[in-house]
This record gives sequence, C-alpha cells and structure tokens, in this order.
Amino acid sequence: MKLSIWIVLALCALTLASTPAQAEADLKLPRERVTLVAPPFVHPHEQATKSGPKIIEFTMTVVEKPMVIDEAGTKIFGTTFNGSIPGPLMVVHEGDYVELTLINPAINTLMHNIDFHASTGALGGGGLTQVNPGEQVTLRWKATRAGVFIYHCAPGGSMIPLHVVSGGMSGAVMVLPRDGLKDEAGRRLHYDRVYYIGENDFYVPRDAKGNFESFAEASDYFPKTLELMRKLVPTHVVFEGRVGALTGKDALRAKVGETVLIVHSQANRDSRPHLIGGHGDYVWETGKFHNPPLRDQETWFIRGGSAGAALYTFRQPGLYVYLSHNLIEAVELGASAHFKVDGQWNDDLMKQVGAPQPIPSATALQAKPK
Amino acid sequence: MSRRKLAFWLLAGGIAASLGVASATMSMSTRSDSIDAVLVAPRAFVYRMAGDFDQAGRPVDAPLVTIARTSPLRIMRRQVSAAEYDRCVVAAKCKSRSPLARSDQQLPVVQVSWEDATAYAKWLSAKTGERWRLPTDEEWVFAAGSRFHDDALSVAASSDPSIRWLARYEKESQRETLDRQLRPAGAFGSNEYGVLDLSGNVWEWTNSCFVRQSLDAASRPVGRPSANCGVRVVEGEHRTYLTDFIRDARGGGCAVGKPPSNLGFRLVREGDAFVAIASMFAAR
Repeated sequence: MKLSIWIVLALCALTLASTPAQAEADLKLPRERVTLVAPPFVHPHEQATKSGPKIIEFTMTVVEKPMVIDEAGTKIFGTTFNGSIPGPLMVVHEGDYVELTLINPAINTLMHNIDFHASTGALGGGGLTQVNPGEQVTLRWKATRAGVFIYHCAPGGSMIPLHVVSGGMSGAVMVLPRDGLKDEAGRRLHYDRVYYIGENDFYVPRDAKGNFESFAEASDYFPKTLELMRKLVPTHVVFEGRVGALTGKDALRAKVGETVLIVHSQANRDSRPHLIGGHGDYVWETGKFHNPPLRDQETWFIRGGSAGAALYTFRQPGLYVYLSHNLIEAVELGASAHFKVDGQWNDDLMKQVGAPQPIPSATALQAKPK
Repeated sequence: MSRRKLAFWLLAGGIAASLGVASATMSMSTRSDSIDAVLVAPRAFVYRMAGDFDQAGRPVDAPLVTIARTSPLRIMRRQVSAAEYDRCVVAAKCKSRSPLARSDQQLPVVQVSWEDATAYAKWLSAKTGERWRLPTDEEWVFAAGSRFHDDALSVAASSDPSIRWLARYEKESQRETLDRQLRPAGAFGSNEYGVLDLSGNVWEWTNSCFVRQSLDAASRPVGRPSANCGVRVVEGEHRTYLTDFIRDARGGGCAVGKPPSNLGFRLVREGDAFVAIASMFAAR
C-alpha cells in the first residue's frame, strides 16, 4: 500500500480518537493571549523571562487567496496561515504551552490542519487539527525543546506539497530558553531586533508561449503544478512569498551597533543564507538553542524542513544583501533581501584607499598579455 | 537615390533647418523611405553629464552644463521594431534576436546589445545611403526634453561611502517598477517634440562611452577624463551604463540596483546636407 494512504488512514484514526474542541480549564496555569503579526516582523516578547510556564494563546485563520509572487504579477493559489507567506512567527519560552485556535472559514474550499515540528505526538498535531471549511479547532502542546521550528499544513497525500510548497502554507515557532539565548560559553546574548524570513520554492506552470500560466480553477492548477514539482526545478525561490518582498521600500532596517536575530525557515528545500558585507556572529544552523552557536560564519545552511537562526551586530552603515548563496536562486529566482543600515562609517574596518582610476601606463604595458 | 529625390531632400532639409532655427519649440516630421523621423529644432539645453565624477576621490553628482545646439537633430520617432531589426537579420548583417525575446514583429526590438544596434545602423545606412547611427548621450537628452530623468542625488561629497549608496537606493526604491511587457509604439506617449515612448519600459543604447572624471571644488574638470568604450551609456527611466555586448540588462547587474526592464534603441541621422553631398559624389 502506498505511504500516502497509510498517512491518510493514520490521520483518520487520530481524528476519530480526538474529542471536539473545547476551552477546558484542565491546566491551572496563567494564560497570555498574543496577537500575531505578519512577517518579517515578530510580535513583542521577552527574550529571557523570570515568570513560570504559561499557556500562550494564539489564533490563526487559514486564508485561501491568489498571491502575487513576482514583479510580472504571476499568481499562485495561496493557501496561507493568516494571509501571509510565510505564516507568522510565534514566540514562547521553553516549558510554556502553545494553545492555537485554527480557523478555516466557510469561504475556503479545502480541508486544512497544522503540523508543528516543535510539538510531540499526533503527527505534530496534524492528526488533531483537521478542519473543513466552516470549522475551527484548538490544539495545545507543550514546548519541550528550545529552538526555531517549522509549522506547516499536512493534509495528506499530494495535498501536502500542494499546500505547503505551491501554496506557501508554512511558518515557524521560536521557543526561547527561559533565560534567553547564550553563546558557546553560556554568556547571555541579546538582540535589538528580530526578523523572520520564510523562504519558499514555487513551481508555476508555463503556457505554450513560455509565459507563466494563470489559472481560474484550482482543479486545473493542482495537477499541472504537481507535475512540475515532481521535476524538482523551481520557477521561483523567494523570501516572504514574492520576489522583492524585502527590498526597496520594504527593505529590512537596522542601525550600526544593533544586534539583529534573523530567523530563516524553509519547509521544503535546502538553502544557504549569506549576508553580503556582514557575517553570522552566532549561528544556530539547525536552529536549536541548546546547541552552542557557530561563530563568525560566512554562509550557513538551512536544511529543507527546518528553521535556523543567525545573530549579527551591524558594524558599518550601508546596504547589505541577505540572500541564498546559490546565486542563481538569489538573483534569477528571487531569494534576496536587503538591509538598510544607518550609522557612522568606520574607516578602520574598510576604506577606499585609492578611487578607481586608469592603470598607470607603465603598469598597463606590463599587464598586457604577450 | 534619384537626383530628383536628392534635390527634394536637400530642399526639405534646408527648410527644416531654417524653420528649426526660427522656432525653438517647433519640430517637423520627415519620412526617409519608411523611416519615420522627427526633426528636433536647435536650442540651448541643460545637460547632466554622464559618467562617474569625484571630488578629491569622493563620488559626487555629475556636473550640469549648458549646451547650445545650433543644428537640428533628426531622430527616429519611435524605437526600432522587431520587424525592422529582423530585416537586417535576413540580410545577414545583424545577429538573430535572442530566443528569449518573444516580442511580436510590430513591437520594439528588445534584448539587443550595443553591438546589435550598431550593426543595424551600419546596415540601414548602407541600405538607404543615409548615415544612421546611435545618438550620443547629449543628443538623446536633447531629443528627450522633459522625458529625461535626472538621477542626481544632491548629496554632498563625503568620506562615508554609505551615504550616497543609501541615497541612491532610496531613490531607486521610490521609482515605480515598470513591468517588462512590451507595448505598441506610442503607448508611453509623445514628448514635446513628437518623439514617442521615451523613458517607457524600453531603455535605449547611446553611443557615448562611460567616463570617469575628477572635479575641483568648483565642479570643473581636473585632468583628462578616462573613457571606457566597452561600457556605453543607456538612457531611459533612469540612466545606466552597460557593457556593449549585454542584451538583457537584468543579467548585467550586481547584487543591488534596478536594471533596465528591456534594452532597445532608436537611431539619429547625420546632417542632411552632408549626406546629400556625399551621395552625389557617390552617384558620379
């Protein structure tokens, strides 16, 4: 029997076993309600906390809508958490409970659910959260591991890549150690800003003329997209759901002296973040905070199906490019973001000692090939 | 070209030139075979020089100079079309168009390099007996009039390279992103001289070479400029500099900065009187 059928059967069994969603007061812990914000921004949160474990309540609505993914206006059938690609970053502390209410409005056409890589059991919650259009569900899970983790929709069979990959239906959770981030020697690390970058690979079919096809019906879009996905050659590789989502007017901002935490997730495919003109001072490449961070990184690796985190203190003003250092994907397919950094230039770190000028004639002659 | 025709052109050119001198705003349309060209009357105009300029090694905006042009300029009303370019390809004088340029025949030819444009000008000149060539940047700006976009940043010279860099980025970010979809001639409108589609979504090659020039505190040139003619000035919604063999500017850029959406061209014709006399000699 095919694996996908087993997954569907497993999901069905779990659904039968589950009880209807209800707000139980079975856990005597303080509750905190958090309103999520769209990436690259992250809701306000403590980095280290003195408080004991809490139940953190989140609500996300599934939004099915066409999403523009490049400057030419190419559209995909977006299946999104809260209307953004990626879905919002949820921040809690180790030992907290995440209590998510997932709403699938009646206007939608598909069944959805959510698989949290940070959670334990029931296919990451996927087996307990299947909601048809017009339904909602509430799931609670305990954050037992510190780090940044993917969450994504996992409805079963080919609908998994269709939702997660071609529809952009993934996001991330950040579980911070209760006493915050630390370096390899256990010293506290702090960030002034945090940005969440979700990377997606899209596979958009082309028409006979070679232009990206636009579809009126998901039933036409899905089979053609699936056929293309099986070749594993993306037409777009983007941050925040579209080419140029984090450049120009939407470029990320920082100041010299500020420390920025960049959380980077990729639910499907490998990526290699690099900051042109800067570094990863501390990088949790696999994203899990109880492992010592790597120091002074040039390019780091985000394994498909995981999230990673990099901490960097900007030391020089100007424009920085944060990209996937597969330059074809960064430049041709879209995986680039820009940081605009204000502050004072440091000549000690870099100085143009001589401006571009003609090569002095004697040198020019010497340099000429014979 | 017949003698009668030549005489007509001599006369027409003379009239156009005198009209041009008489009225600074008037322009005339002339047809040379099927080439639809506009005669832009002479005038004095302010020109933002092209290239990279510095004061004591610090990058600054290019100086503004006033150019008093005394002769009219005959320039193609619209950009060269794919159909026109393809006739040069059929004649084996131009390289075939990029397979990636899927434009219809009546749309502007795009994905052409400076080399392609120059080959086309050479072929057209041989075919018509007239001297067609790419405009210099000064000529392009002269014909563009109000369609010229001044990219000056108005940022003082500084030893901090990030200031100009961020200012340029800010300016680029504010520009509207034009899609690459080609449109028929005239879709981007006419300027005050009747020249169509300037600064639309097809950028145009010029003949001017990229130069570097040092300036003194009063923005006067210091020493000789260094020219690099492997890189030419490209005009449109913003001015840029591209290597002469580049056909798609999106493939010729660096990590940041917006490249032109499409690369095409239009040509100017050398002075009519000169061409007519040269043709008469050739006819003997």
